[in-house]
Amino acid sequence: METKEIIYCLKKIVKPYVQNDMAFQDFGKDTDFIKDLEINSANLVDIVLDVEDEFNIAIDNDSMDNMLTVEDAVKIIKNKQQEA
Amino acid sequence: MNILEILPYSEPFLFVDDLEKVSENGIIGTYTFPADSFFYRGHFRGKPVTPGVILTECMAQIGVVCLGIFLLKDEESENCGVALTNSAVDYFLPVYPGEKVKVVSEKVYFRFNKLKCKVQMFNAEEKLVCRGEISGMIKAE
Repeated sequence: METKEIIYCLKKIVKPYVQNDMAFQDFGKDTDFIKDLEINSANLVDIVLDVEDEFNIAIDNDSMDNMLTVEDAVKIIKNKQQEA
Repeated sequence: MNILEILPYSEPFLFVDDLEKVSENGIIGTYTFPADSFFYRGHFRGKPVTPGVILTECMAQIGVVCLGIFLLKDEESENCGVALTNSAVDYFLPVYPGEKVKVVSEKVYFRFNKLKCKVQMFNAEEKLVCRGEISGMIKAE
């Protein structure tokens, strides 16, 4: 899957949990889920579970801790898809 | 394992008496609202009814926190940190002073320290009082 395609899917998954709509308009690889979109840690868990379903991967605790930005998420998704 | 000893609440904000059944997938517990509970003095003036937020709190303490403590049993910790993160509850019947309620909770998932449950509360006649989904973050400390 290409980076652009992954970012497009992520944007759809993240949308219902976003608190800062202005930041969401500039959604891109540098977007930080907590600092920019103001998503809380509990909703970040829901996002990760949705990512697992959408991309058919399993995300472990370490990956979860490192998933701060869209770019981090893209890297983790690509890595896990290659492992599979 | 004594879940009630680890439960981080006390009077006047402890809303768990007994746990009847607990497993990896869910929990059942009961609580009787004492007629002299503090909130009846103001809710409502001259007509005491248990506030919805207190019913939700009772569902959260039994259905999410007690279950969470059980699920964290392998961590062998004597304390736990909890934070309510989400609740969506519908209410069907009032609960009056002195009534006993039963809370039945079913785990939806427990991942990355977040426990999400479907929770129902029944009165002594087994009638549905309220139900909803409640989530919290819980970890051993």
